[in-house]
Formats: sequence, C-alpha cells, structure tokens
Amino acid sequence: MSACREEDPRIHGIKTKIRVVPNFPKPGIMFQDITTLLLDPKAFKDTIDLFVERYKGKNISVVAGVEARGFIFGPPIALAIGAKFVPLRKPRKLPGQVISEEYILEYGRDCLEMHVGAVERGERALVVDDLIATGGTLCAAMNLLECVGAEVVECACLIELPELKGRGRLKGKPLYVLVEYQ
Amino acid sequence: MASEDCQDARIARIAAAIRVIPNFPKTGIMFQDITTLLLDTRAFRDTIDLFVERYKDKDISVVAGIEARGFIFGPPVALAIGAKFVPLRKPNKLPGEVISEEYSLEYGKDKMEMHVGAVQAGEPALVIDDLIATGGTLCAAISLLERVGVHVVECACVIELPELKGRERLGEKPLFVLVDAA
Repeated sequence: MSACREEDPRIHGIKTKIRVVPNFPKPGIMFQDITTLLLDPKAFKDTIDLFVERYKGKNISVVAGVEARGFIFGPPIALAIGAKFVPLRKPRKLPGQVISEEYILEYGRDCLEMHVGAVERGERALVVDDLIATGGTLCAAMNLLECVGAEVVECACLIELPELKGRGRLKGKPLYVLVEYQ
Repeated sequence: MASEDCQDARIARIAAAIRVIPNFPKTGIMFQDITTLLLDTRAFRDTIDLFVERYKDKDISVVAGIEARGFIFGPPVALAIGAKFVPLRKPNKLPGEVISEEYSLEYGKDKMEMHVGAVQAGEPALVIDDLIATGGTLCAAISLLERVGVHVVECACVIELPELKGRERLGEKPLFVLVDAA
C-alpha cells in the first residue's frame, strides 16, 4: 500500500508545496506549513483527490475534522464522498450541547469537543487533520467518536512526523498519510 | 424561471438546516449554528454550489476565508473555481512572516493576520465567512487584502443579520448572502 502511494506522481508535487518554517512556535520545531500548498490550486486539488479516491464508495458517512486546519481539508473530502462534516473544536466554541475529551499536551492539557447528536451509533467515520505528530489530538478525536458509538475507519493526514510515533498511539486504528517528514 | 425555482428551493433547505441557539455565547444573542447545515449533505453541497455558480468564470484568483468557520466554506469554493485559498487567522497561528490588521470588538480589540506573499497586488479576491453581523471582521479582512493591492470583488456569507447593519459597514463593497436571519 505505501509503495503504491509513493509511486503516485501527485505526491511529489504536494510535498514540494509544503513550507517548513524553522523554530516555530518555539526553537527546535520545524513547523510544517500547509498554507503554501493551499496557494497552488492543482496541488490542493490533488491532495483532496488522493483522499477522495481512497474513501469514496466505502460507506463512510462522517468526516470529522480537527480545528482549525482539519476544517480546510475535511469539508472538501466530505462533500466529494457524500458524508457529513463534523467539526471537532476547542472548548466553548460549539454553541449546543457537547461531549468533551481532555488530552495531554507537552505542557498541560487541552480539550476537544463535539456536538451531541452530530454522529449516530454505528456510523463509519474518518478523522482528518493536516498533520499527525504525537497522536494525542487524533486519539482524543477518536475517543469522542467512539464514545457515541461510531466506528473510526481510519485517520487521514497530509503529513506524518514518524519520529514522534503518533501512528502507534491510535488504539490500533489505521493511519493514512500522503507525506512523511523525517 | 426554472433556475430561480431551483435556487429558492435550495435556499429554503439551507435556511431550514441552520440551528438557532438562544443565549449563546451570552444572554440575548440568538446564535446561528451552521454545524447542523454541515450534517445535511445535500444542503451543504447546495451552499457551496450557490457560491460556485456565482463566482465561477469570473476570474477570481483568491478566496480568503476567516478563521475558523470561513475555513469550512472557503476551500470547497476555492477548489471548485480554481482559486487559491488564503486563511486569515487569529494572532500567532500563522508560522511565517505576516501582516496584521487590528479591529474593534464590542469589548476590546482583536487582530487578524495573513501570510506575506500569499497574494499579489492586482489579484481579484473573494472574502468568505459563515456569517456577517456588524461587519467588523469582514472590514478587517478587506483592509488586510487591499493594503497589499488585492481587489476585493465581493464578500460572501451564508448568513446575514440585517439588524446589525454589517452591509452598510462594508460601504461600497458588495455583499452576497444566502440567508437573512431576521
């Protein structure tokens, strides 16, 4: 599977459009900036197409996107595969009744919320974000969905930072990424 | 006209899919919740289609979306019309060099940022957000883009709150909305 993905000619074009910004948000971090990808309509379209080709026709009824960069990639995928889009948000942004999942950061904690009633028991779901680092955020997202009885089929990200071992933190669920940054 | 009927039917479905939450984020505010629209696959598709039908073939090269709900509607429109997507973000989120525009809130101020180099002077642009209230945020977005020589063709929102007179605050800048929440 990974061999097929690496041979896709669109991947190289996508990878070259991601800008690495050193020392953001703090010294030592090489930040993976996807905004430059969004400036190239063909590369942005190719990104979405690669996900859509993988997930169309797989009976996925929910695409959950993590605030805020997951809001950029999730909706176009959802629209193309005929799924609903469910935003997973920082605390106190969603106006209705929510369920929350706390998760650990390097320093301190954060919390992800989802609207009650957005997802029904038994629905098949994808979780989409721009990048997986330690996997903490994606794990919290998966927990929210599983809490209401949805089946998380896969997590999908543009970029993986393999050294941070997020892939192993997904409770055995598969991860699909387009680009690895070593 | 058949096309007008189709448009009216789509708008009715979109309006019906928006949930109003009283007293959020504070007493007296009737919050327009678009997350329920995103759960209605047909209504979400119709929302994007209505914008795309208006802006396709108008040579728009930039769709700027305001964090965070503008990130949900802007990218699908950008992809469909072949434009780049430019996120306008809260402070300290964008990793590269930015330009900023400060704007007033009911209590205090906020700031909006855009990456330097995302747009070129002379490019025709749309600004997209989920809702226009007082127009303060949209005005800040227009200022930010026009400072670097971009031509803002129109602002596009799903919802307008006409009582808050945001349309007047945009002055000569055209505004296109799908639903009036009177």
